[in-house]
Amino acid sequence: MRSPRPRFLLVAITASLILAGCTTSPVAPEPDDRSLVVYSGRDEELVGPLLDAFEAESGITIKVRYANSIEMAAQLLEEGDRTPAQVFLSQEPGALGALSAEGLLAELPDDILDTVDPQYSSTDGTWVGLTGRARVIAYDGEELTEDEVPTTVFDLTDPQWRGQVGIAPTNASFQSFVTALRVLEGEDTAEAWLRGLVANDVQIFPRNGAILEAVNTGVIDVGLINHYYWFQQAAEVGAQNMRAQLRYGEPGTASALVNVTGAGILTPSADNAEALEFVRYLLSVEGQDYFVSQTTEYSVIPGGPAPADAPALDDIRGPELDYADLADLDGTIALLEKVGLL
Amino acid sequence: MVVAATLPALVAAIPLGYLVLRLSQSDPERLIASLWRARTLELAANSLGLSVTVAVGCLLIGVPTAWAITRLKLPAPALWRALATLPLAIPSYVAAFAWVATWPGISGFWPTAAILTLACAPYVTLPVAAALTMADSRYADAARTLGANPARVLLRVTLPRIAPAAAAGALLAALYTLADFGAVSLLRYPTLTWGVHAAFEGSLDRVLAAALSAVLVALAFVFVAGEQLMRRRAARAVAATGAEPTLATAGARTRAAAIAGLVVTAALSIGIPLGALVIRLTLGVDRDLEWPRLAESTASTLGLGLAGAAIAVLLALPIATLAARYRSFVGGILESFAYLGHVVPGVVVGLSLVFFTLAVAPALYQTVFALVFAYGVLFLPKALGSSRSAIRNVPPALEDAARTLGLGRLATWWRVTARIAIPGIAAGGLLAAVTAMKELPATLMLRPIGIETLATELWQKTAIAAYGAATPYAIALVIVASIPAFFLARSGDRP
Repeated sequence: MRSPRPRFLLVAITASLILAGCTTSPVAPEPDDRSLVVYSGRDEELVGPLLDAFEAESGITIKVRYANSIEMAAQLLEEGDRTPAQVFLSQEPGALGALSAEGLLAELPDDILDTVDPQYSSTDGTWVGLTGRARVIAYDGEELTEDEVPTTVFDLTDPQWRGQVGIAPTNASFQSFVTALRVLEGEDTAEAWLRGLVANDVQIFPRNGAILEAVNTGVIDVGLINHYYWFQQAAEVGAQNMRAQLRYGEPGTASALVNVTGAGILTPSADNAEALEFVRYLLSVEGQDYFVSQTTEYSVIPGGPAPADAPALDDIRGPELDYADLADLDGTIALLEKVGLL
Repeated sequence: MVVAATLPALVAAIPLGYLVLRLSQSDPERLIASLWRARTLELAANSLGLSVTVAVGCLLIGVPTAWAITRLKLPAPALWRALATLPLAIPSYVAAFAWVATWPGISGFWPTAAILTLACAPYVTLPVAAALTMADSRYADAARTLGANPARVLLRVTLPRIAPAAAAGALLAALYTLADFGAVSLLRYPTLTWGVHAAFEGSLDRVLAAALSAVLVALAFVFVAGEQLMRRRAARAVAATGAEPTLATAGARTRAAAIAGLVVTAALSIGIPLGALVIRLTLGVDRDLEWPRLAESTASTLGLGLAGAAIAVLLALPIATLAARYRSFVGGILESFAYLGHVVPGVVVGLSLVFFTLAVAPALYQTVFALVFAYGVLFLPKALGSSRSAIRNVPPALEDAARTLGLGRLATWWRVTARIAIPGIAAGGLLAAVTAMKELPATLMLRPIGIETLATELWQKTAIAAYGAATPYAIALVIVASIPAFFLARSGDRP
């Protein structure tokens, strides 16, 4: 008796390999085609339309790869000089800093650096800030009125909030906030606050989105997040359907810290005309307008546009702080490990 | 034979090799300082406790399920088999998301263990069902005629015969749990994978991440060694002669209880996740669903998953043959290598393949070939277990006969061994396919620019909290992964 199955298996394997091959249709670039490879740690939904607009305006074809900022930075570290990418867009300054420390980011020309408020860019000129997002306290609008929610994180160690506060200690924004706390208030105060949170049964979440989801479903009363997550979810379900509400921090304190997203050009592409044109575009009025109006982030350009439905950056007024001081991430990690949050 | 199996084992060991390389480049003092903390111990204990619990849970669900679907005369047998297989099609991160969406606030050890158990139970059910189908029931019949009561037959005859299959399944469940990040992070239970993730997320500390991964591999080694030890002690299967297993003439009450159990398990493992997804879909504000995009990513998922599974099978066969036919020290080592790479967290595996591709074939970096190869490396262990059991069940006498009749070694393997073992080999391939379709971290790093799979689309949508927009992709992923799962269920129908 002949069984046809091994042959069937062979056919199936061949067919699936061909099928997989078909999913790529490599288009050979024309010699005079201008193109650019971008690694984006920012989501397609957020930056995709802006990249499309740039393509249409400049005639440059953008090939973009989307992933998590940190994992993408790890990948770029692994790729080194062989990276296919020319530009890296990061959700976190930490990821850019790590690449810069390994010499993987090229120094940017002065005209780009001068566009941005210097407090939002790296001190060595290897990356620029693109947008800002404010640290906020998200609270359950069905359980609490705005007045009941503190404007300083220090109040959250009060027994009243026992088991009701959500944080994401592995998240880079939270970590740079702790760094700011250490710089502004001193190591001892920062440690005491973290220990107070732990003693108050703080709830640990993997990321900001999960905290917002928990506040929105009434699992916890308050959570520490970045402001724009709220606006993203509001865009999905409608602002009137949001149970979670935002309380902005006391102006001038660490509770009102503004974190940045940024962009850098990879070292092998230091003089790449397309890469430079792209970064300039992101910092142009058009690019900044897009972020402000579409993703409700803050412009990092002095006198840049302000979002319509969030408080102006001047009103939030982050702490007086040289952002270069936030580079001591290792100290923050050590502190978080010491208090048992990492 | 050893040579033929060494190459695939080396390929499977790429993630391990990468770990060793990273660790050897690091400052030992710093390494010990960052590892030697109470927190590491706590994470390791959490990982260990969770995987053992899930493995035991999978045995408690999987073995009775397998017994019910193979030994009882149930109405619509194909339906029960499909329901017992289908949880494989639901990624654990989707299941966890669905549970959290339905009961906000559930978190911690027991919910995590329960959800992972429900997701992993088919890893036990399927091989045990296959073993029960293939096991020559005349042994049980003989024991009955010699006066043993059914309970004694179960304990002394049936269970020992299915024990290797059950152990292999429990091993897969334990390894899956060790390596899982999606469910443990959503349910907020810190394990070693969580620690690896934290090491990256905070300071891009690749050394600490590699060190924690090494602890994870050490844990996996304990499981793999335990399973191998168990298998060595188990009686070597005598070739089944193809006798139909007799169906137990169980009473109506037993059958009703079995059906109730199967329904409850299916409701928890399939009904809740799917139900939550559908509810979420109807709640979301209407958005235009991009059909072409959905169709494109569905096709990519299918094509890449199947091609990856094919590579995984090709890599697994030499190792499976060696492990089944020659009980050697080297064979055991090679097999362990294949399993251990599997437990390295996805981010680290992704990085190791970035490293490997750029070092060996930079031209193929971020092409579909590198991605498919990566799937082959990642899911080789899924294909290994059932191929090994199937090849082991081919009576060596048949091969010997073919050889004495003048067939060469390879021709014998292809025309005799492979032909008889094909259901088991195909089942391994389908298992690899269903897992490859759900893969995320390596796909994110290695996919060619412009190609999205359903898993990457799902990740993009949930990363920005667009759960409504994510839902169609989650449902499509479950449907696509059901295809191999469905064939997997059917492959058990014909012994």
